[in-house]
Amino acid sequence: MAKGFVKITVDRCKGCAFCVEFCPTKVLALSSAFNSKGYHPPHVVAPEKCSGCDLCGMYCPDFAIFGVRGTEAD
Amino acid sequence: MSAVCIENPVEQFLRMDRIPHIWCPGCGIGTTVNCFARALIESKADLQKVAVVSGIGCTGRVAGYTKLDSFHTTHGRAIPFATGLKLANPSLQVVVYSGDGDLFAIGGNHMIHAARRNVDLKVVCVNNLVYAMTGGQTGPATPDHVITATAPYGTYEPAFNLPQLVEAAGACYVARWTTFHVRQLARSMAEMFARRGFCFVEVLSPCPTLYQRRNKMGDGLDAMKAYKELSKTRHGAPTSEVALSRAGEIVVGKFVDRQRPDYGDLMRLQLSETLGDRYAEPEACTCG
Amino acid sequence: MQADPKGVLTGVHFMDGDHACCEGALAAGARFAAGYPITPSTEVVERFAARIPMVGGVFIQMEDELAASIAIQGAVWGGAKAFTVTSGPGFSLMMEHVGLAAMTETPCVFVNVQRGGPSTGLPTLPGQADMMQARWGSHGDYGIIALCPNSPQECFDLTIEAFNQAERFRVPVMLMMDEVVGHMTEKVVIPPAAKIDVFPRRLTTAKPDGDYIPFQPDDDLVPPMAPVGMGYNFHITGLTHDERGYPAMNAETQDRLVRRLLKKLETVPCLHEAEGIDGADVVVVSYGITSRVAQRAIGLAREKGVRVGKFRIVTAWPFPDSEIRDLAVRVKAFVVPELNLGQMSREVERAAAGQARTIPVTHAGGSVHRPEQILMAIEEAAR
Repeated sequence: MAKGFVKITVDRCKGCAFCVEFCPTKVLALSSAFNSKGYHPPHVVAPEKCSGCDLCGMYCPDFAIFGVRGTEAD
Repeated sequence: MSAVCIENPVEQFLRMDRIPHIWCPGCGIGTTVNCFARALIESKADLQKVAVVSGIGCTGRVAGYTKLDSFHTTHGRAIPFATGLKLANPSLQVVVYSGDGDLFAIGGNHMIHAARRNVDLKVVCVNNLVYAMTGGQTGPATPDHVITATAPYGTYEPAFNLPQLVEAAGACYVARWTTFHVRQLARSMAEMFARRGFCFVEVLSPCPTLYQRRNKMGDGLDAMKAYKELSKTRHGAPTSEVALSRAGEIVVGKFVDRQRPDYGDLMRLQLSETLGDRYAEPEACTCG
Repeated sequence: MQADPKGVLTGVHFMDGDHACCEGALAAGARFAAGYPITPSTEVVERFAARIPMVGGVFIQMEDELAASIAIQGAVWGGAKAFTVTSGPGFSLMMEHVGLAAMTETPCVFVNVQRGGPSTGLPTLPGQADMMQARWGSHGDYGIIALCPNSPQECFDLTIEAFNQAERFRVPVMLMMDEVVGHMTEKVVIPPAAKIDVFPRRLTTAKPDGDYIPFQPDDDLVPPMAPVGMGYNFHITGLTHDERGYPAMNAETQDRLVRRLLKKLETVPCLHEAEGIDGADVVVVSYGITSRVAQRAIGLAREKGVRVGKFRIVTAWPFPDSEIRDLAVRVKAFVVPELNLGQMSREVERAAAGQARTIPVTHAGGSVHRPEQILMAIEEAAR
């Protein structure tokens, strides 16, 4: 059961993959889709593993992703 | 329960009308800004009283993106500007946010004097090992035997050991992290905000477009993985032992944390001792 | 607004120009100075260092003039009135920050007690060879105000004027003294604070939270400032910026900004002293210590029957274009003695636009003219 979730601002992403690499539970992967700037943004591949720790948010140099504790319904 | 619009915690500190920013993919400056935002939140800073002063360069652009009273000054001179700002208005928390070239080459003299005086300033030095904005030229922190725009056959100048220099000049708080160490960096920044005196944190950051590319070191992620692998936390390590090299160990941690009266204290103490009742203490020099 | 009595040393004093300048700054409300020792200006800040702890404010001797010239700008943004003091070599070092002050519209005062130059030159002897540098020393298109005192009394009065104009126009103001005026000792009358008018910091009346647009000018083309630390969250940059203060690096913004920086100075009062102009064949145009020597020369010339008038420049920049132009059609020639090899004389010649001759009386500096040198030029001009 996921303890958290992430919010991604797709078009701000520059595909650096910091979030993918440093997520402690490997929730993310780079998508094969392109955003409007031509980068591959991340997408959630293992939502149940997300703790909402927000490490992705701290790493993202483009302010394109952040983690939130709790469920999205809260 | 009503729907709450959840916002990225960094956005309250950003001039969102200027986002997206100019920094390259894989550049670590934005990462340091996240840490800065978290540190401001954690230290419960009165945001109205936080002022950011920067110099010129990629890191210097931070001042333009932060939604605080911010000053984008001249190359190398953020520290003396910040000194005037702080002395005229001691209630401000003055943060200097600039790069390795700006703070240690053209700004080197001001760095050592502000540290000597222990002016109450919090200096964040993002060290990407080159002058990035102008195209990746050699700087005083560039390791030897690397290619830069002005050293096409490889550098051969010894680099400064930034923490050692700043400690020797008199800083009371000296730390180094990398953009991999996001939690530790945010904690160091919060520690700096909570204390007085000249505080300095060096943050190693990738410059994928210039430094990494010219030296075939991969992209920003490759640099971050290298930081993770090569860094070793040694709190309290003697700063003489933390010099960086092209591909060697990166010593991180809090190296110096000592108490020294800051410049404002020293000034007030001396003048009130000498002048007694005649001393008119300047709470703030503000004009009418 | 009335001067703060804490900084006003009311009374009749016998002091030199450097000391009077310091008192002028204190009377004007300066509560921050940053300096670096350089002859013949050092006494200004030495006196400030002695006085300010009892008035309430800060003096810091910075590590170089580059630091001093920007520390004062930090202090201005911190809320203080601030100034720095220097001479030729330091003035050169400060030039980048003159440009920063002009570009960011930071009100501050730069005092230059001119000495012989170029380079290290004559540290203890007078010159007036930085006049063009005061106007053009930094790169790019920008304007400044420069005032020239010719006595210790004027060093007091014009320093107050300098601060007032800096605040009114949000521009760096140069006080162009020279070593003789700085080191000559004369009577200086400092009036009571109630009789001294100071121009307060122009602060916005808009609220924080989006209402305030940092570089939206008022009708006089000067934008009001915001106080730091009150939630205005303004951004100040030396980059070409738009009305929000954000970098906007394009030709259109550049044109709008830079032209306004110059245009706002069109209403700067042209301070000068004109005497004996009606019916004059020759007018002697001078400033600073040279004007004192010129006064003697004018007296000697009048004794010989020459119809000579006096135009003493006090506001050197913006240059008194229209005043000189109007005079040029009424006189045969201007005589322009200066302690330099021809600087303001070029401006006189330009403004005269061929309507009158301009005869410079040059002097490389190191001492002052002999009245006879100027007299000879007056007689030559009257022929």
